[in-house]
Formats: sequence, C-alpha cells, structure tokens
Amino acid sequence: MNGKGIYMDNHATTPIDPRVLEAMLPYFGDVFGNAASRSHPFGWEAEKAAETGREQIARLINAKSKEIIFTSGATESDNLAIKGVVEFYKDKGNHVVTATTEHKAVLDTCKALERKGLATVTYLPVDEYGMVDPDDVRKAITERTVLVSIMYANNEIGTINPIGEIGKVTRERGVLFHTDATQGVGKLPLDVEAMHIDLLSMTAHKIYGPKGIGALYVRSKNPRVRLTPIIDGGGHERGFRSGTLNVPGIVGFGKACELCRDGMADEAQRVLALRERLHDALFSQLDEIYLNGHPVRRLPGNLNVSFAYVEGESLLMGLNGSTSPIAVGQTVMPIAVSSGSACTSATLEPSYVLKALGVGDELAHTSIRFGLGRFNTKEEVDYVAERVIHEVRRLRDLSPLYEMAKEGIDLKSVAWQRE
Amino acid sequence: MAYSDKVIDHYANPRNVGSFSKDEPDVGTGIVGAPECGDVMKLQLKISDDGVVQDARFKTFGCGSAIASSSYVTELVKGKTVDEVMKIRNTHIVQELSLPPVKIHCSVLAEDGIKAAIADWKKKREPAKTENETARAS
Repeated sequence: MNGKGIYMDNHATTPIDPRVLEAMLPYFGDVFGNAASRSHPFGWEAEKAAETGREQIARLINAKSKEIIFTSGATESDNLAIKGVVEFYKDKGNHVVTATTEHKAVLDTCKALERKGLATVTYLPVDEYGMVDPDDVRKAITERTVLVSIMYANNEIGTINPIGEIGKVTRERGVLFHTDATQGVGKLPLDVEAMHIDLLSMTAHKIYGPKGIGALYVRSKNPRVRLTPIIDGGGHERGFRSGTLNVPGIVGFGKACELCRDGMADEAQRVLALRERLHDALFSQLDEIYLNGHPVRRLPGNLNVSFAYVEGESLLMGLNGSTSPIAVGQTVMPIAVSSGSACTSATLEPSYVLKALGVGDELAHTSIRFGLGRFNTKEEVDYVAERVIHEVRRLRDLSPLYEMAKEGIDLKSVAWQRE
Repeated sequence: MAYSDKVIDHYANPRNVGSFSKDEPDVGTGIVGAPECGDVMKLQLKISDDGVVQDARFKTFGCGSAIASSSYVTELVKGKTVDEVMKIRNTHIVQELSLPPVKIHCSVLAEDGIKAAIADWKKKREPAKTENETARAS
C-alpha cells in the first residue's frame, strides 16, 4: 500500500524492483558509452554491461546469449517475429497459424499481413478455458505454413497454453514456432530447448523491470531461424534489429530476469496463495460471480471474475477512488484493477478474449481482472476483497437486472430494446 | 478516463434509486438498453392525472456515466409536465454532466428511458379512457 493506493493490475505493467533500479542507475550517469563503440573503454564498458544483461536474460529461458535480440518491447518483438518470418520465408509459403485469444500485437500484425496480401492466417478457436488444442495446431498446418504463433499465458484470463506440446507438433512438421511469452516469462518455467520454441517475445516491464526494453529470442541452430528485419540501420543485433542499444534498459532487464530466476518457485507459491485468498473471499461472500479462464492452468497472479448484473466500468469507478462511497470519514484507498467491459475501450465492444471462450456479452461486460504480483500483501488482498464485496452489493442494489433476476425473471427471455 | 465532478457526485450519491410498483395506474415504466450492450436503464415516473411528474425512480446497470445520466434525469423531470418532459434532449444531459463523446450514448439512453416511461403511462390511461367512453355511449 502506498499513498497512491493498491496496485493490483500487474498484467498491465509492474512496479520496478528497487534492486533493478539500483543496478540501472550508473548507466544513466558515468557509464554512458555506446555499446557499439569498439575503439575505446567507454564503449567496452557499455558493451560488457549489455552482454551481462543478455546472458541473464538467456539463462532465464535456457537460451544462448547470442540468441537474444533486443527490441523496444514485446509488441516490437511480435512484429519482428511474425513479419520477419513471413517476409524471409516467402518462397517456402505464406500461411500463419495463430489463435483468437492472442494479444493484439500478434493479431493486428497478422491482419496487417493479410491486408497487404502477404499472408493467409488461420485463427484457431480455444476451449471454454481459453486453451489451444495442440491437435488443432497439427490439423491447421499445411504445406504452405511458415509459422505457428501461440502465446504462453493469456494477458486477460491468465490461461496457460500447452506450448511444450505445440512445440513438439511444429518441430515434427518442420514449421517454425513463435510464442508471445510476455506474461509467462519470469513467472512460469520456460525452456526453449525442451519446449521446441524457435522465437519468443518478452519484455522487461512485466517482470519488475523498466519499460521500453524487450527482447526476441531467435533460435540459432536446429533449426537456424532467419528473419527479414523491420528496422534497418547499423546492423546491430546480428542485423535483426538496428539501433544503438538501450544499455540502462538492458541492465535493468537482465537484473529483473536474474531476480525472477532466483525466486521463481517461492514467488509463484506466495502470489498463488494471495490469489486464492482473494478468490475464496469473493466467492464465499458474493452470489452469481463466475471465474473466467482455467481453474488451475493459469498464471499464479491472475484472477478474472464476472460479477453478474454489475457493469465492469462502474465497479472500477467505485474501486479506483473516484468516489468515497464508504462511510464518511473513512479513508478510501484507490484500487487499480482492470476490466473486460466495453466501456473501458474506445470500441464499445467487450473483451474479444472472453468472447472467444464463449462467455456471453452480458457477462463479459461485468468482468474484472485482478493482477497480483511481487509487492502485494495479504493485508492488501483482504482490503481489496472487502471493498469489492461492498461495491458489488451497492451496485447490485442499483441494478435493474439484479432486481429482475431476484424476481425470477429469465433475462434471456426479455425483449430488450437494443441500441 | 477522468470523470466530471457531477458524474462522480451522482455515481457516489445517486438520487431517487429504487422502484415503484409497475402495476400502479399512475406509474409509467421505461426499460431501455440491453445487458449484452452493457447498459440497461429502468426509469419510472409517477404522474398525476393532470400530467405532472410527482416523483421518479431509477435503477441502472451500466458505467458511471450511465448511472449519473439516469440519476440526473430523475431529478430533472420532477415537477415537469408530460409535455415538458417530452422536450428534454440528451444534449442537455451531456452538457450538465460534461460527458465526453464516448459517453453520449448514456445520455441518449436516459432520454429514451423517460420517453418510454411516458409512453407506458399514456398507454395505461388509454384503456381507462376507452372504458369511460364506452360507459357514456351505452
């Protein structure tokens, strides 16, 4: 808890770990060299720092350090992986397999390629928990397939895909496998060798590192993956991504990976216990609430719940401290969570991820995503549970739908006046 | 998104929350919107025989701006004649609550809601009128 309130939106971004910040600070000061300057100590020192970071990152996913290509973040990594493969392997084919629940960085990249006539894309459905079936991947692969891109853990519902099995399928079929592991890196075990991953997107700011620095793992052998770069220039990063390296960012990213690797098992257990505490408090005290995503195969810190008859944004408004609906004189802490409600997006469409799971629009509008992380405490969880329960009850008293449901009216049978 | 002070005030202290019995002859009920669109408003007006709004109630499923829009119109309509209520435009709600463009549909829904309530009240009075006329004719 701090002055600004309780942060439980750790899928959006995470606070920087003080140990990460400490490691970065010298690189904003005395150590300012360009890592590509080969002719003097300023450059050598910067290069050494960047290479240490690269090794720390590689170690977290069991890769070789030269297989780590620095980017500005996971969105750029996704773009480079997908566009880079489609462009480079265009003589081999132009078919890409992905899933409907992928992050927009993957989906919109695929759509851009389709629009330009550069690729045809198969969007695989998911099951009711948001999982991709490796068998569906197998069936979708054709002679023309150059890439399969399936995320590790979903950013909204936390569902973990069986990427090891998918990797086995793609390896058997000789197709490259990319995974957007943005949410899974540092929180779940990852091994690019055991999982047969050829390309992997990651970013520092989801693992208590700085924003603006990410990486793409590019397999160097068995098979050696080739890419056409998006950004041309000085030939940095083996020619895959030109541009002067963000040394302070890389140092922070590396430190963040090292901390995740050292503490992963303990942290996962601790965060999972907090998540279960929140889950149990909400589900024992509120009726008609529904868990979105997989009950077990999900990120330890993810809890996505639909609070029937309570629109998500109105609940956010009550939680984020815009108001003080609790007793006068009591301090109300703002709580940061996020919503799958349409009203939080410009499109007025509710979450496409929940839609893909078969969650109805009426329930998708009532969903809230809690993202627990390294710095959350038991006290925070108890406070958040109390506030959520209070707000949901208050808003249900205001809800005509809750009233109708309690009167025994089947809401599906009502002839609604649609806008 | 930052909310205006008036939206926050109506959200935190909604006016006239609740329900009248739908069966009361002097109550007009308007239910507009749909759950899958993320907004449902129930607006109820209690209207005297001479067509003046005596009281109003609402319940809303929707974002803070939808709650504020419906809370505000329940205040606005009280004491107005049916004809005056029919002249209320959503733009008035937009202005009063400083709603951003993305929230204009909330004000449209509130306007539709009070009009639906008046239509319901008028409809309830029609059969009564017909009965009187029938009585007179016989």
